[in-house]
Amino acid sequence: MNEPLLQVKNLCTSFKVDSGEVRAVNGISFNLDKGKVLGIVGESGSGKSVTAYSIMRILVEPGRITGGQILFNGEDIVKYSKKQMREFRGKRVSIIFQDPMTSLNPVYTIGNQLREAILLHTDRNREQANARALEMLQLVGVNEPEKRLKQYPYELSGGMRQRVMIAMALACEPDILIADEPTTALDVTIQAQILELMQSLQKKLGMAIIMITHDLGVIADMCDEIIVMYAGRICERGTADEIFYNPRHEYTKGLLRSIPRLETGHARLIPIAGSPVDLTNMPKGCAFASRCDNCMKICLGELPEELDINDFHKASCWMNVRQVYEEAAAEKEAESK
Amino acid sequence: MTYNADKLPKKNLLSLQIDVSKFEKASDAEKAQHETMRESTTFFRDGMRKLRKNPLAMISLFVLVALVLIIVVVPMFYPYSYEQMITVNGKRDKTAKNLAPFTYSKNEQKAIDEGQKIFPHIFGTDELCRDYFIRVLYGARVSLAVGLFASLIVLVIGLLYGSISGYFGGKVDMVMMRIVDIIYSLPDTLMVVLLSVVMNQVLGNAMKGSIVSKIGPNMISLFVVFGVLYWVGMARLVRGQILSIKNNEYVLAAQAMGAKPGRIIRKHILPNCMSVIIISVALQIPSAIFTESFLSFIGLGVQAPMPSLGSLANAARGGMQSYPYKMIFPALIICLIVLSFNLLGDGLRDAFDPKLRR
Amino acid sequence: MLKYTIKRVLLAVITVFIISAITFFAMNAIPGGPFAKEKAPDPAVQAALEARFNLDKPVPQQFVIYLKNLLHGDFGVSLKTGRDISQIIAEKFSVSAKLGGMAALWAVVLGLILGSIAALCRNRWPDRLIIFLTTLFVSVPSFILATILLLVFALTLKWVGVFDANNPNYVLPVISLMLYPMSYITRLTKSSMLDVLGQDYIRTARAKGVRDSLVIFKHALRNALIPVITYVGPMVAYILTGSMVVETVFTIGGLGTEFVRSINNQDYPLIMATTIFLAVLMVIATLLSDLVYKLVDPRITFD
Repeated sequence: MNEPLLQVKNLCTSFKVDSGEVRAVNGISFNLDKGKVLGIVGESGSGKSVTAYSIMRILVEPGRITGGQILFNGEDIVKYSKKQMREFRGKRVSIIFQDPMTSLNPVYTIGNQLREAILLHTDRNREQANARALEMLQLVGVNEPEKRLKQYPYELSGGMRQRVMIAMALACEPDILIADEPTTALDVTIQAQILELMQSLQKKLGMAIIMITHDLGVIADMCDEIIVMYAGRICERGTADEIFYNPRHEYTKGLLRSIPRLETGHARLIPIAGSPVDLTNMPKGCAFASRCDNCMKICLGELPEELDINDFHKASCWMNVRQVYEEAAAEKEAESK
Repeated sequence: MTYNADKLPKKNLLSLQIDVSKFEKASDAEKAQHETMRESTTFFRDGMRKLRKNPLAMISLFVLVALVLIIVVVPMFYPYSYEQMITVNGKRDKTAKNLAPFTYSKNEQKAIDEGQKIFPHIFGTDELCRDYFIRVLYGARVSLAVGLFASLIVLVIGLLYGSISGYFGGKVDMVMMRIVDIIYSLPDTLMVVLLSVVMNQVLGNAMKGSIVSKIGPNMISLFVVFGVLYWVGMARLVRGQILSIKNNEYVLAAQAMGAKPGRIIRKHILPNCMSVIIISVALQIPSAIFTESFLSFIGLGVQAPMPSLGSLANAARGGMQSYPYKMIFPALIICLIVLSFNLLGDGLRDAFDPKLRR
Repeated sequence: MLKYTIKRVLLAVITVFIISAITFFAMNAIPGGPFAKEKAPDPAVQAALEARFNLDKPVPQQFVIYLKNLLHGDFGVSLKTGRDISQIIAEKFSVSAKLGGMAALWAVVLGLILGSIAALCRNRWPDRLIIFLTTLFVSVPSFILATILLLVFALTLKWVGVFDANNPNYVLPVISLMLYPMSYITRLTKSSMLDVLGQDYIRTARAKGVRDSLVIFKHALRNALIPVITYVGPMVAYILTGSMVVETVFTIGGLGTEFVRSINNQDYPLIMATTIFLAVLMVIATLLSDLVYKLVDPRITFD
């Protein structure tokens, strides 16, 4: 088996604040293969974005990676120097952010900001960089690209700006593109356009994508694998089909009940009761326990280990252990009869 | 994509001793106990907690409270008066001129030798043989009073004007704000000087002999000027606050949920704008004290013999090299007051400004 | 942009008109009038005044005449010396402009540098030191600061010479005049820098692999400058009034000294003229800083 492009091993990231340490990411591990699309799903505060920022190492004070490894082609980037990190960002891994309205510097032209990324990571001169910028704008489907290069961000619509962000991220042909809720701030029609664009670019350019979202439905048909996060931990992972049709963690089930789906159109949407846990003061056991309808005594005391459901599916929920146990007990009973 | 099924294969599980009781459904009470809920705090309590943790702001608050207590209480039993010469055995003591701190005049020394007790001149005396400590205390009184009163005027006018403008909106707001724009663009210090010059003449003649004359036309004109000019900043602030809060999603949400206007004002508008207003008042006081000391400097300050810290410091500039303490004491106290208000204002802003929270 | 400029210029003109009106009518409200006979020592001056202000005519008409003269740069004559005021202003202002210009320049340069340092070293000792000092500086009235500087550095330590018309040493006056606006700009720069550093586009720049120093100088500073520009107007106003104090303390014969003297002398035409002159300067400064602000920030929609 080939070595994965990106291996995240037991990553822990926390923020030191007045009232203690906010443990935003709590020992998560996952792999990303070349050219694959990984979806990370979870509600606000589940640690999705912090995971992304940790991989880019663009956490702001007081955030810090407190443990674990992030291996890119086998090299641990957590140990990279500032200079190595600068070469890594934008060139090997790029990121696009949630809000395109604020993610571009208002006082510089689109051209200037695109060029900056290209000049940093390639040997192109100014003119070639300009040509590349133009090419990228065409690639992401910005109309009148020559004119746009000279415009300021405020002169562009939100969808247009997100296209520019994508162009900027892809200008240096990175191996991985991290998309941190790229469509959350956009209108629904624009959302679909941007997702379609990302999908087609992925096919064309062949980079791997980490797609972060709180909306399972949005990414269902573009991800090779989906990770469901809750309170800084991974609670379930598997192929999109498995996650959608065979959810094995109570939180994922809750998430699925709370999004509208065509095939179950008649059913009511059921919100997940309660609110996320306090990350400065993580409870023992399963973080979701207090909001879980099927919470058991063991859930309150012990952290569930990740269990294989099948070859394409893992989940960390005591319900699965219980099920295995019950099945085995039933088997035994049948045998003894 | 496949996983290596090497971790916890299904069969192995059965070999583990599993306590069946653990797999019973947990009760709601157990669930509720499980999570240590975040301590819920109100905006105010959280702000107070932050303020209490800010040592500079707390020291400033303490200094201000202590200072106010001193200038209110001490003059009540202090043996000297701020406007009269020191007397020894009922006679005016003309030798007590420009005494250094904690020294006595010839006459006083004689009296002490005769066995009398004489209260020391903590800050010495001035050129008119008056005890300097009590003059500085009165000066601090006047300066603080000027600062507080001027800020009060600004607060009342600005709050009324700003909330009317913000509340009614539309044409009323437009007209009211154009007026504010024009007043705002007037250079305030110059206008203060000009109006003080004029009012000094106008009021000076009109007030002769009345009680008000003790405060002096300069002070009256200072207040008038503050009332005429300085409120615009406050009015803009209040209006901006009300407008922005009025249009906030959470206010719309509250309205949509059927909250009554009273509740919206109490729950949403007031807490959000009170903090900003209080901070602005706290920072207005030192600016008023500054303006007064500036006016004292160019000779438009409080009426003699009433002292203010600014006029005392200014009067001492002449003999600066011979009697530096006469400059240093009032200067130190002005700085202490202004610094305390500034630090307290900053502390309040850090603790209560909603925009700075995260 | 054009519409905005016209609007701002119009407001500036209205402001200048109102200032002239306030000044004129305020002076006229003084009992006996500003040009009452007993105040002019010299009958010749009195005659010149009467001719200039047409004191026999009704007040509104006097105002119109006064305005007309102002437009011609004719400010009248000083009550005390009988000199032409526009001459006095021209002569004294060159000194004040030199002092104020230097103070403004230093205040902006040092304020920006110190503010950036404070923002970048947030909550570490350089930040705390800078903020402590600047808070201290804004808490000392300028005349006290100037006097103390004069006493300590010029008279006691004798490190710097005292200002002298023949041998002008501007070091102490400039420092006394600059400390307040410098502190203000420092604090303004710090808070706006911190605000900018928290913005999404800074994260974008870092994610592109831009080096830290470039993130600060290219992406952050230019945005952080925008709010500082709005302070330029108020700063000019502060420096012009502050120079009254500093010039008097250091006995520099500038317009500030002249203004304070005219107040003490009750030289009303001079007070009037100087007020209007300084006010016009301040209004122009505010106007310019507003226009530059719109130019620097491309986001502003020109309505």
